[in-house]
Amino acid sequence: MLPEKLRSVSVDLNNDASLLIDIPDALCERDKVKFTVHTKTTLSSFQKPEFSVPRQHEDFIWLHDTLVETEDYAGLIIPPAPPKPDFESPREKMHKLGEGEATMTKEEYTKMKQELEAEYLAVFKKTVQVHEVFLQRLSSHPVLSKDRNFQIFLEYDQDLSVRRKNAKEMFGGFFKNMVKSADEVLIAGVKEVDDFFEQEKTFLLDYFSKIKEATAKAEKMTRSHKNIADDYIRLSATLNSLSAEESTNYYIIKFCLKLFQNFLRVCLKKVEGRVASDEELKLTELLRYYMRDIQAAKDLLYRRARALADYENSNKALDKARLKGKDVSQAEEHQKRCLQKFDTLSESGKKELTNFKARRVVAFRKNLVEMAELEVKHAKNNMTLLQGCIELLSGN
Amino acid sequence: MASSSERSPPPFPDTEDQDVLDSEEVGGRDSDEDDGEELFMSASNTPLTKQDTPTSPDSQASDLMEDLSVGPPSSQTEKSAASSSPEEFVDLTNNLESRVAAESSSPEPSDEFFDILGSETQKVEVEASVKADSGAPQSKASSRPEKGLFGEPDEDLFGGPLGAMSKKTTENEGKSGTAKAAGPTFSKPTEPADIFTEEAAATTVPRTSNTVNSKANGVHSEEDLFTEATVELSLDSPRSSRKNEETSKPSASSSSSSLSAPARQAKPPPAALEELEDEEEAELEDKFDVLVSVKDPEKVGDGMNAYMAYKVSTETTLPMFRNKLFTVRRRFSDFLGLYEKLSEKHGPNGLIVPPPPEKSILGMTKVKVGKEDSSSADFVERRRGALERYLQRVVNHPLLLQDPDVREFLEKDELPRAVSTQTLSGAGFLKMINKATDAVSKMTIKMNESDAWFEEKLQEVESADQHFRKLHALVESLVVHRKELSLNTANFAKSAAMLGSAEDNTALSRALSQLAEVEDKIEQLHQDQAAYDTFSFAELIADYIRLLGAVRGSFDHRIKAWQRWQDAQAMLQKKRETEAKLLWANKPDKLQQAKDEIVEWEARVTQFERDFERVSATVRKEVLRFEKQRTKNFKRQITKYLELLLQSQQQLIKYWEAFLPEAKAIA
Repeated sequence: MLPEKLRSVSVDLNNDASLLIDIPDALCERDKVKFTVHTKTTLSSFQKPEFSVPRQHEDFIWLHDTLVETEDYAGLIIPPAPPKPDFESPREKMHKLGEGEATMTKEEYTKMKQELEAEYLAVFKKTVQVHEVFLQRLSSHPVLSKDRNFQIFLEYDQDLSVRRKNAKEMFGGFFKNMVKSADEVLIAGVKEVDDFFEQEKTFLLDYFSKIKEATAKAEKMTRSHKNIADDYIRLSATLNSLSAEESTNYYIIKFCLKLFQNFLRVCLKKVEGRVASDEELKLTELLRYYMRDIQAAKDLLYRRARALADYENSNKALDKARLKGKDVSQAEEHQKRCLQKFDTLSESGKKELTNFKARRVVAFRKNLVEMAELEVKHAKNNMTLLQGCIELLSGN
Repeated sequence: MASSSERSPPPFPDTEDQDVLDSEEVGGRDSDEDDGEELFMSASNTPLTKQDTPTSPDSQASDLMEDLSVGPPSSQTEKSAASSSPEEFVDLTNNLESRVAAESSSPEPSDEFFDILGSETQKVEVEASVKADSGAPQSKASSRPEKGLFGEPDEDLFGGPLGAMSKKTTENEGKSGTAKAAGPTFSKPTEPADIFTEEAAATTVPRTSNTVNSKANGVHSEEDLFTEATVELSLDSPRSSRKNEETSKPSASSSSSSLSAPARQAKPPPAALEELEDEEEAELEDKFDVLVSVKDPEKVGDGMNAYMAYKVSTETTLPMFRNKLFTVRRRFSDFLGLYEKLSEKHGPNGLIVPPPPEKSILGMTKVKVGKEDSSSADFVERRRGALERYLQRVVNHPLLLQDPDVREFLEKDELPRAVSTQTLSGAGFLKMINKATDAVSKMTIKMNESDAWFEEKLQEVESADQHFRKLHALVESLVVHRKELSLNTANFAKSAAMLGSAEDNTALSRALSQLAEVEDKIEQLHQDQAAYDTFSFAELIADYIRLLGAVRGSFDHRIKAWQRWQDAQAMLQKKRETEAKLLWANKPDKLQQAKDEIVEWEARVTQFERDFERVSATVRKEVLRFEKQRTKNFKRQITKYLELLLQSQQQLIKYWEAFLPEAKAIA
């Protein structure tokens, strides 16, 4: 049931070999990240069985937006769009480090730099991954994988050169969001006809707020872990210079002591840093992803509620028309359409939500198991290191 | 990139890891290389002596010789001297006879042994007889005034080794009485080596070096060798530390007294002995004669006049104290007052007086205001620990322990209030001015250092101070971050629990609440870790920053002594010039006065010069002592810290491993 590849953010992807997508490579050019999207398929709707195209982050956003805006997919949970690549924080840190170069020793500087580079790399990989996961979820979805835009996205070998949103559109989007939330409040009053959806709604709302909080907290926790790792770097550098200094005098125990401790520090720091990044990867990313996914599910519910409201409105309109004896057939038509729409929405929504639940449980399970395993692994590493150090210390 | 199945470890930390490993290897190798030198430095090279002794029969034989020439006679004579029972004498002679017999039966090393034994028997007899009638009282008389240790009743002095010897003999493969058992086994060529190697490891080393030392009559360079030896002794014998101390000290000192008795009659070497005792105490730091603990900090009074009082308990075996265990209540300023007194008395002599923790107006105000938050509790606990370590350092110092003020501080119920320690008092103001003038004079005095050792040390101390300060700041920030982490973990645990309650899948919900529990425990772990960071690491460093300040202070005192000497010399020069002028001007009436002054100043110059040399010697000794202690202390503390870290990692493993099945149970 799990994909053969171990994904950090796992989604319950169908093991469908008809459409396989991955991003084997990405290139970072200043602010832009160019992803190479590689597709392998047996579907006849594609011209070739295997192809690669260059895509940018904005292309992904475009794809997501078009999917959301497609009426037919209103009953589906549209996979959340990947977040914008954020290289700012490591870059900023790098900048700060450059400024502070004079204040620290050369060794300290190089260590910090290495660490930052590693962090940068980790961010980069993470970015690639979320984009990949987005596409994979689309490809594994029975309906969305047939989407024309999606296929164009995968196949068109030129630059998509999606027009960037201009200011007006940005504002429009913002406005739309406002309307949507206002509307949400309005249609909240509409009486739910289906218990399943009623339950789902309360559950999702509750869950969303909880997971949002948990995500924030987990992020904070990871950050503190990273801080500690940073402290270890500095400590080890200082200890190192201290032991270098002490080595000039004749007593050697001290020197050895320092040396051991120093190396211990280095190792501890490494492990601590790994703990932090793994925690980040396994836990925070999971929570973050599902936060967005739940948002998508909530959007689905919203669309359904909207349809329900429309249906009720059309009912009222029909009544009114009947009363007046005017345009009855038109109103009837409208009402029928609304009902139909609502029903399809409800049906596919139900399926999607059930799927979502199963997916979530599987993903949580996998990530939690992996995290626990990694934690155990790191702690064991730490322990052997410490034991070695203690033995060395007591041995001499 | 995407095809790699495991993404979490990025490639280049791995390569770096390689580096780390490499460099670690280098470190390991370094340490190996250093081992040889460490031999001379380290106080804990137990295996070495044991490895050395059973090498080749030849060396064994020579060991044996040494052993015979120095070891057994002295101890046995002591035995006999102490008990002065005829039985023992018989034993002794039996022993020797049987040995002689054994020698003659074993053909190989017979010649040499015979010689030695021949001379030995004579020597032993002579010495034994000397001991029997005059040796014991003599050594008692010569040793008693020198040290508190010798002040112990003489039964102890001699009874100690006696007990030890008999114990040792029983330990030596269950032989009762060295003589009878040793005799028969001696006939086998391998066995005696064993016996004596064991003995050599345990007893001979100090003796040999001791003789060297006493024969050299307190040549200073010898002291290291000696202390090493004593420590080896104490570590080698497997008995409890307490006993060890008792046996090692008296046996060492008494043997030295017995062996060097003739030498001392001619020229008693008190300096050497004193020094040797000092070093001994420094080395035996682990096994304190006096154990001080500072406990139960308690707030007395209210508002800004409130102060913290601490319970100071002392546990001791020294006879200089009236009781074995006593407790007094002291307030913080009393500790400071003690330091003031001690540094005033001993500072100018070049002693490193251990400094107490600084006054902290901010921290104390917080306590005074009465906020019962964690930071003030933290502050009080830190201070309590610092005070305890400070007092322990004071009583560990052999000279400071003798100080009446220290005794008063530990024993007396009521202590006159130390007023001069208040920051905002007249005395405090005066002190500030003094400090300022000191600083100015320090800057103005340019001493052309004649002693490269001091110059080097000063530089070392200064750079160490700098590094330690930096280290301290870093550890403090580590603590802050660790506390942050603990807080964030707690927060996360809470939200994970919430999430668990919101989750509708039962298994997942349970796993999430389990996760919350795990994180809760981990939070506690982080908190503990922060405490360890603070108390066993940050405080250790803070202590050393203070101590390094004290070391620098002793250097300053030395410079001051030098300055006095230089000033006196300049004065003398001036006086001589006046004399010459007077001579030229032919004024005989004033000439006599000038001559008197010259004599007076000449005396002063010599006096100051001697002072300076004395201070220099003390500083040198003190710095060596400090360094030794620092090394040991550091090692102990760091080992402890690492063990604590290890423990928390083990806990972590336990927690996560317990969580794993829960996570796997999600379905």
